[in-house]
Amino acid sequence: MSGAIPLALECIREKADWVRRQTLLLHRRSPETRLASSLSCVEILTVLYYGGFIRFDALEPLREDRDRLVISKGHGSISFFPILSDLGFIDSSELDKIARPDGILKAIPDPLIPGYETLNGSLGQGLGVACGMALGIKHRGTGQKVFVLSGDGELYEGSVWEAAMFAAHHRLGDLVMIIDNNGRSMLDYCRNIMDLGPLDALFRAFGWETLVVDGHDIGALATCYREALANRSGRPCVVVANTVKGKGVPSLEGDALAHIRMLAPLEVDRILECANGE
Amino acid sequence: MLMRDVLIHRIHKGMREDEKIFLLTADMGAPALDRLLVEFPDRCINVGIAEQNLVSVATGLSLEGFTVFAYGIAPFITMRAYDQTRVGLSLLSHLRALNVILLGVGVGFSYEVSGPTHHCVEDLTIMRLLPNMAVCSPGDGATVEAFYEFALTEPGPKYLRLDAKPAPAIYESISEVDFRRGFHEFPGSGDACIVSTGYPTQRALRLREEMEREGVRIGVVDMFLLQPMDDAALAKVLYKYRRIFSFEESFIGKGGLDALVSNVLRRFGVPATLESFGLSGGYVFENGGREHLYRVYGMDDESILGRLRSVPSPPFRIPA
Repeated sequence: MSGAIPLALECIREKADWVRRQTLLLHRRSPETRLASSLSCVEILTVLYYGGFIRFDALEPLREDRDRLVISKGHGSISFFPILSDLGFIDSSELDKIARPDGILKAIPDPLIPGYETLNGSLGQGLGVACGMALGIKHRGTGQKVFVLSGDGELYEGSVWEAAMFAAHHRLGDLVMIIDNNGRSMLDYCRNIMDLGPLDALFRAFGWETLVVDGHDIGALATCYREALANRSGRPCVVVANTVKGKGVPSLEGDALAHIRMLAPLEVDRILECANGE
Repeated sequence: MLMRDVLIHRIHKGMREDEKIFLLTADMGAPALDRLLVEFPDRCINVGIAEQNLVSVATGLSLEGFTVFAYGIAPFITMRAYDQTRVGLSLLSHLRALNVILLGVGVGFSYEVSGPTHHCVEDLTIMRLLPNMAVCSPGDGATVEAFYEFALTEPGPKYLRLDAKPAPAIYESISEVDFRRGFHEFPGSGDACIVSTGYPTQRALRLREEMEREGVRIGVVDMFLLQPMDDAALAKVLYKYRRIFSFEESFIGKGGLDALVSNVLRRFGVPATLESFGLSGGYVFENGGREHLYRVYGMDDESILGRLRSVPSPPFRIPA
């Protein structure tokens, strides 16, 4: 099992641009989907899958020797749908059927969608479930990685820190948590709601390995993932990916309420036209 | 013997035979558990006072194919971690195979003098609410043994609620317990039948003996599996009686055992009345132990005997 053949960085950049456009189109079809938080993690997911950092089998998504990805910030992951389609997990027609009775894609994804391991609608639970997976894999000694994608606003859930303590104490060295650190929760910037300070320092205090990266820089993300996977310390590793909520949509990028904004179809068309014109 | 210890001994034996069994505890101890922690340091893990993570880690382990017993204090493993249970176990079990057994010790007034934070009088209602969640409420050790066999062979999430006090035997052996049927009837020859669950079954059987001394044999139905359950089988049994008394150490009128019985009577048109013994009103903060609390809530022996004695004498005939 090798997953995707690692693409060259410029090809991953093109893929990421395509994923971002597809994400906008998904939102155009289903405006209740969370666009801004899905745009902030486009590069995070694209580099993970096309850079060869996660081992998967699109034809047998639950194959035992796959690496696991738990997407804890479920609503902010509709940008994963185009990737699943492109890699063959789901039929590309599913992208057109989002939120329709005959489709499987929805605003908050679930394991009916091949590629999703868990239910992700209730925040703060992904890391704990991933700890259980990593513990089981460690017990078996088969070496699969367990990735978790979380949001930064999600860190307010106390259960995250129960799991963070657990992962460090039990030396779940094959656990890699990626935080889409887009700085905003639902109603405001996190620094205004409750400022957690530098996230890497928090996790370091909990006994984790920490890496900080520009979450939109393809090359930097690739280097960072390489480092995370090379971690042999026995400690779990967190990648704090600094991102911009609503990345690629100027009206969202500086908006404290970006999370709950729905773009009108015409606005999406305008953004896509601008992108094409570049 | 404590029902908890019966189960831990079975798990201990199981873990020796089967590498796939884990036991997690939220810092809840037992002398029998200490031996497991030493013998299986990799598979018997204290996750600390962290019930939410207890359930989430159990979910993740189970997704990896392990059978996981997750052990905690009943009110906290059920209510503190309810969303983890709802999402990670009930919901997810519709889509992915998992086998997690939540083991809550200290239901009802088990922790007699600890007050209402440690009394667990809501769990029957809220756990039975969750689709796919098996809810087992045994009254003695043999029933716990029967549950263990069920837990290992039947996939899906389960909640086993245990009293914290020693439970005298209700059944002589596991072979007397038809677990999947969900209940056992101690037949009566009169009009009255008590349907009870958990520790109240111990008391109901005592009341049955008392009434027998007075020349009336009442029925007792011990409900040990409240979900899934064979409604029709229960209805068939209840059809023989004219007055049904539900008896539980939990709130009544809020969806617990009384609601379960009431639904069966209504759905199957059983022509019997239903009176419920349990907690009505709100929480109480009184000291004084279990017997005192039973009197406070009007569910002590004398109160129930008073109602049983008022039952009209047989024969009672079902109207044509």
